Amino acid sequence: MKLLPEDIYITASCIISHHVVYKNEHAIFENKEPDVTAFLVAAYHHFQLQYPKFYKMDNLSKLGWLATELLLKDSFHAGKYQPEAIGVVLANASSSLDTDIKYYETAKDIASPALFVYTLPNIVIGEICIRHHFNGENAFFVFDEFDAGFMEQYVSNLINNNILQSCICGWVELLDDQYKTVLFLVEKGGSAPNILFTKKNINKIYQSENG
Amino acid sequence: MSDLKTQIIAQLNLQDVKPEDIADDQPLFVEGLGLDSIDALELIVLLQQQYKIKLSNAEEGPKVFRSVRTMAEYITAHQSRNV
Amino acid sequence: MSQAVFVAGVGAISAIGKNVAECLDALENSRAGIGHMHYFNSLHRERLPVAEVKMSNDELAQLSGLPTTKSRTALLSMIAATEALTDAGIENLAAFRTGFISANSVGGMDKTENFFAEFLSDNQRGKLRDVVHHECGSISELVADQLGIKEYVTTISTACSSSANSIFFGARLIKNNILDVVVAGGTDALTKFTLNGFNSLMILDEQLCQPFDENRRGLNLGEGAGYIVLVSEKVAAFLKKKPVVTLSGYCNANDAYHQTASSPDGTGSFLAMSGALKKSGLQPADIDYINLHGTGTQNNDIAEGTAIRRLFDPRYPKMSSTKSFTGHTLGGCGGIEAVFSILAIEKGIIYPNLRLQTPMKELPFTPEINFIKNIQVKNVLSNSFGFGGNCTSLIFSKS
Repeated sequence: MKLLPEDIYITASCIISHHVVYKNEHAIFENKEPDVTAFLVAAYHHFQLQYPKFYKMDNLSKLGWLATELLLKDSFHAGKYQPEAIGVVLANASSSLDTDIKYYETAKDIASPALFVYTLPNIVIGEICIRHHFNGENAFFVFDEFDAGFMEQYVSNLINNNILQSCICGWVELLDDQYKTVLFLVEKGGSAPNILFTKKNINKIYQSENG
Repeated sequence: MSDLKTQIIAQLNLQDVKPEDIADDQPLFVEGLGLDSIDALELIVLLQQQYKIKLSNAEEGPKVFRSVRTMAEYITAHQSRNV
Repeated sequence: MSQAVFVAGVGAISAIGKNVAECLDALENSRAGIGHMHYFNSLHRERLPVAEVKMSNDELAQLSGLPTTKSRTALLSMIAATEALTDAGIENLAAFRTGFISANSVGGMDKTENFFAEFLSDNQRGKLRDVVHHECGSISELVADQLGIKEYVTTISTACSSSANSIFFGARLIKNNILDVVVAGGTDALTKFTLNGFNSLMILDEQLCQPFDENRRGLNLGEGAGYIVLVSEKVAAFLKKKPVVTLSGYCNANDAYHQTASSPDGTGSFLAMSGALKKSGLQPADIDYINLHGTGTQNNDIAEGTAIRRLFDPRYPKMSSTKSFTGHTLGGCGGIEAVFSILAIEKGIIYPNLRLQTPMKELPFTPEINFIKNIQVKNVLSNSFGFGGNCTSLIFSKS
C-alpha cells in the first residue's frame, strides 16, 4: 500500500551565470566586472544584503550563499516549516578545487586556516544552513555535469518520504573565472502558477539563461 | 595600533569595517567584532607573518587577542625579546 | 513497501590491518596503529603522529591489482571494496543491478602533490598521469571500473561524514528498488594538504589522541578505507551465507552553527542520532553500543557527549571511539566504523576506547576501556560528523 505522493513544485529558482543574476528566469542584476569575487560582492551590495561573514567566504560559498539569499527573498516563509524539515542538496563538477588551489598556494608559506576550512564542497551547504537555521538533511554530490534526472529522483524521494518538507537544491559550480549556479526552491503541495518538479522542467530552467 | 587595525581588517576580510571603527579596548571576539575561532587562527598567522612571532599554543589566544591593545602589548613584549 | 536492507559483506583496511581479520585482532589486543610517519612524507614528520596503513604504494598496488601509478586513495579503496565483495560471496553478481557509492575527501591529492613539486621546479616536468585522477569522483570511477560495476557509480563528498552518507544513500537506492546490490563506503589517504590544513586549525595532537578524555588535546589523522555490501531482501535470500545484520536506521542533519566547529549543545549530532532512532523504530534503551565519532578534539567530544546525554540520560549504552586505534580517516571513517559496528553485532564484541585516563568532567558517562566479548549486541549506533555541520548517524541491527 502506497499513498500517491503529493505533487512537488519548484516554487522559485535563481541562476547566477555569465555576469547575470536571474530570479524565476528574469534577469534582475547584471555587472560586467570580470573578476568573480568583485562581481559577487557587487551583487551583494546591489541587493543591500547585510551579512559581514559573506566577505570571508570562499568564492564557491559566496556564489551558493548569494544565490540562496536571492532564491528565498520574497519567495519563502521560513516559519512554515520546522528547521529540520528544510534540507539542502547540491552538486557540482569541480568540488572545492578553486579554493584547494588557493589554499595550496598559502601552504608554501603558512597554511591559511581560513582557506582550509573551505576546501570541502559541502561547506557552502553549511554556510546556507547557518544563515537560515536549516537543520534538515543535506548532501553534496560530485558529477561531471548537471544531472536533472538525479536531482528529481533524489529530492522527490526525500520529500515523498517526509524526510523533508522543503529543499534547496541544484548546481553550484565555480572554478577560476568560470561559474554557474542554478538553484531551485522545492516544496510539496504548491499550486499553479508554480512549476512541477520534473526532470524536464528542471532542465528547462537550467538551460534558460542560454537563450 | 592603527597599523595593526589595518592588518587585522585585511587578514580577516572585514570589508565593512574601518580602522577607526575598532576601539583600542573593544573586545574582538563574540560581542565585539564578532570574530570566531577561525579568525583567531588567522590572527595567529598574522603574528607569524608580520611580526615573526610564533604563538604555538592556541589556548593563549583568548588572552592575547582580547583587544587590539592586548595584541599590541603582546607584540611589543615579544618583539623586544627577539632583538 | 519499505523493505529491509541487509549487510552481506564487509571489508576494511586501516592503520591496524590490511583486512578485517587483522583489524579485529588489533582491536582485541588493544594495538593502536598510530605512530611515527614511515611511508608518508611531511615537514611535520618529527612532531605529528599519524595512523598510516603499514604498506608502501607498491605493496598496496600489488594487493589491489591496480597500477602503482594510481592514487593511494584508489588503492586503499580497491582493497577494502574487493574484500567486502568477496566476503559477500554473491555468485551471480552480474544478474543484479549493482552500484558503487564511494566517498572521499582528498581524491588523488597525493599524486597531485608529487606532480606539483616537480612541475613547480620546471613547468615542462611532472607527469600528467599524476593529476588526471585529482578529482574525488575520478577515484570512484577508477575503482568501479576495476570492480566491474557499471550500473550506478557516484561519489559523495561531505567531509568526515562522507562514507556514512554513502552507506545510507546506498540503502535508499535498494529500498526504492533502483538497485539490488550496493558496495558503499569510503576511502582517504594521508596527504600534505589535509595534514597541513588540520595543523593550521591547531587540532592535531602531538601525542597519541585521547578521545573523550578530560585532557584530550586533538586528533591524529589516519588513512584507510571501509566498505560494506548492502543487498535487498531478494538478493539476501539467494546467498549461501545468510546475512544477519540490517541497516535499520539512518539520519543526516545539519548543525547550522559554524563551518568547522560543532555547536556547544551538539544540535546536529542530537538530530542525527534521534532521527536514526526514529527511522529504525527503536528506543534509546535498545542501543547496546555507540561507535562514537570521538575525534579527540575539545570541540567534537563535548558536543557529541552533550548530545548523547540529552538523548540517553540516565541509561547509557556502552560506547567507544575506535579512532583511538585508526586515527581519523576522514572520508574513510564512516565506512571503517560501519564495518566495526557490524562486527560488534556479528561477533558479540565491544571495543575499548584506548588511552582514556580521566573521564570528561562535564559528562555523566565513561566510554568502555576494555575489550568485551561474549556479549549480546543487537543494535549499534555509529556516528560520523563532518565539517560544514554535516552530521550522520547509522543504526545496524541484528535481524
